[in-house]
Amino acid sequence: MQTSKLGIDFKKVEYAKGLARNIAEEVQVFVDRYTTVAVERTICRLLGIDGVDTDGVPLPNIVVDSLKDKNILGEGVIFFIGNAVIEKKLTPQQIAEEISAGKLDLSTMGRHSADEALNALKPWIEASVNRIKERRQRRENYLNTIGEGPKPYIYVIVATGNIYEDVIQAQAAARQGADIIAVIRTTGQSLLDYVPFGATTEGFGGTYATQENFRIMRTALDEVSEEVGRYIRLCNYCSGLCMPEIAVMGALEGLDVMLNDALYGILFRDINMQRTLVDQYFSRIINGFAGVIINTGEDNYLTTADAFEEAHTVLASDLINEQLALLAGLPEEQMGLGHAFEMNPELENGFLYELAQAQMTREIFPKAPLKYMPPTKFMTGNIFRGHIQDALFNSIAIWTGQGIQLLGMLTEAIHTPFMSDRYLSIENAKYIFSSMKNIGDEVEFKENGIIKNRAKFVIDKATDLLELMEKEGLFTALEKGIFGDVKRPKNGGKGLNGVAPKGNNYCNPFVELMKGRN
Amino acid sequence: MSGGLYSMESRDFDKTLDLTNIRPYGDTMNDGKVQLSFTLPVPAGDEAIEAAKLLIKKMGLENPQVVFYKELTPGFTFFNCYGSCTHAVDYSVIHVPKVESTTWDMEETDRFIKENIGRQIRVLGASTGTDAHTVGIDAIMNMKGYAGHYGLERYEMFEALNMGSQVPNEEFIAKAIEFKADVLLVSQTVTQKDVHIKNLVELVELLEAEGLRDKVILACGGPRLSHELAKELGYDAGFGMNTYANDVASFITQEMNRRING
Repeated sequence: MQTSKLGIDFKKVEYAKGLARNIAEEVQVFVDRYTTVAVERTICRLLGIDGVDTDGVPLPNIVVDSLKDKNILGEGVIFFIGNAVIEKKLTPQQIAEEISAGKLDLSTMGRHSADEALNALKPWIEASVNRIKERRQRRENYLNTIGEGPKPYIYVIVATGNIYEDVIQAQAAARQGADIIAVIRTTGQSLLDYVPFGATTEGFGGTYATQENFRIMRTALDEVSEEVGRYIRLCNYCSGLCMPEIAVMGALEGLDVMLNDALYGILFRDINMQRTLVDQYFSRIINGFAGVIINTGEDNYLTTADAFEEAHTVLASDLINEQLALLAGLPEEQMGLGHAFEMNPELENGFLYELAQAQMTREIFPKAPLKYMPPTKFMTGNIFRGHIQDALFNSIAIWTGQGIQLLGMLTEAIHTPFMSDRYLSIENAKYIFSSMKNIGDEVEFKENGIIKNRAKFVIDKATDLLELMEKEGLFTALEKGIFGDVKRPKNGGKGLNGVAPKGNNYCNPFVELMKGRN
Repeated sequence: MSGGLYSMESRDFDKTLDLTNIRPYGDTMNDGKVQLSFTLPVPAGDEAIEAAKLLIKKMGLENPQVVFYKELTPGFTFFNCYGSCTHAVDYSVIHVPKVESTTWDMEETDRFIKENIGRQIRVLGASTGTDAHTVGIDAIMNMKGYAGHYGLERYEMFEALNMGSQVPNEEFIAKAIEFKADVLLVSQTVTQKDVHIKNLVELVELLEAEGLRDKVILACGGPRLSHELAKELGYDAGFGMNTYANDVASFITQEMNRRING
């Protein structure tokens, strides 16, 4: 039986997980009936379709838009491209090029059955599945030979806008002790309904996520991993309108960690909930298959809402995200569920509440490599106090055994990190992780004290919220603003016109091939 | 390196405060002490330290001291340094344009609007362009506010609508017309490569093209914005660091009153 340092009643936790399961299953009933432009573009990429036309429009967009324009997206690209392969004796890539050149109209291709169409695509389907397996194997080989850093993994960001400059920053960070490098995306990419192509050197507050940029950075990190004798993971963002597409690009290029959270997109990017929940399902299947650790974005709730008042919403969302991930076949060991150290530094005993919540999250998700986010909301430009806030945050992480420590920067709220900011943050974390290594094994919490009571309070409140959401359903709950204080209409937000009900010929073979096959 | 020694340099400068000639203060008036840190793209070593000192001198600091250095990655060395500034500025002649309004609290503002404007003031806010940060606009507009300063939604006499982040300027203007906004608030957090300037200017140009610029009070805010910059870009006011919802509310109210009642 699981024991708790906080005196958590695990029967209560099981009950809350059951509520979250019901909420997630209701969403899944909806998700199973629909496809989206992003899902179909992802399938195009898995058939080997890549590249852009002379105007820079990606070929997967050209193929999928040609179906959407004729209102036949719901039959899926497998059916039409499979038919075209049979008829034209061309590869999927050549077919995409023909469509782009205006020489082929997929809507005229439909004489063969869905089964025949699928059969015709077998070689390309197998090739991409095998390539993803090989990338996963490559990571596992590294982990088995050169190994990895101890947990919490030290996670830092690079964000120069130029992938080649990012490489310099990333390699420097790895040498200083980072375990995970996240290449922050350029602001606004989450709202693009396509993925840019090729290596990029311009961006605002970050660098475009492109498959070529992924490849460049993964190659650079392989190089530095071998140099430092420790596997360095690469993180990017499959969130926004291209969730599954970016998941597949990451899977093909051997990315290790992906931000992946529909709730975040709905609440904070106003992305349509139907669209992004369908997208998320396929993206999590891919991430699960590729051995990618997903990170969820609950920490963001606390950048707008109060961390003391709204702690239960973070837990409720983590519980729902866990169930949605399980339904997509993503194992617990790959669930980097999010939470954050965001209490007002002026709150008396704030550290104790943070400690209680971090320990509580650890115990409720014992196998998950929890992603712990640093203070941002109360970083003021006073870099000296900021460095201390980050030190308190690091103390809680080592104390409560967090999985992924997204390091705070003393210059948070001023600029994207300088090379020296990253060095100071890593030094801060390494000092504390070493100096306080076994504190969690040594210190127990007082019966009926502030810490134990805080954990109980948050669990009870999260359970109340989940009970309410179970009655309403996730969609209605989001419409009513029950969650995160933000109201989002089911038919509002960005990307709804990219959703289509599945037709009779619809097939996505990758769900079967990848889901739960880890 | 300092080696932990206390500074032995002579202190034969004038130690009286002269506002026409002010210098940084360490622990003695006019000592000019400045603390700085930076990274040079060279390997660590005596040459690197010398380069750092020469650079500090060129910045106008004398007695440069490198108290700490560390090679961050091959070819990049980080320095913590001190020096004494040789320059001084005349504080007595400085004039900084400021938002000229008296800051009231929520009750005062509500009362003033009821008595002098007689209707709710309609405020539309957004973090515009590609900027995904809502923290600024939320702090000003949302019910809860920030650091104990209630947001505009809490005010009885404001009808406040927060459109959130990544709102294109065109959409913002369309909403302003539909909402019949009296006031437009724009928040800009991301300032890399001056993206905020371009975006703020574009909004003004679009408002002018629509003939709306004079019909609304237009204000912007963000951690890297100042009133001076805002005015330069064609805004009525700019709110930088350490300004809160009641500063914005007071300005809006007083400016509205000035425009309506002269």
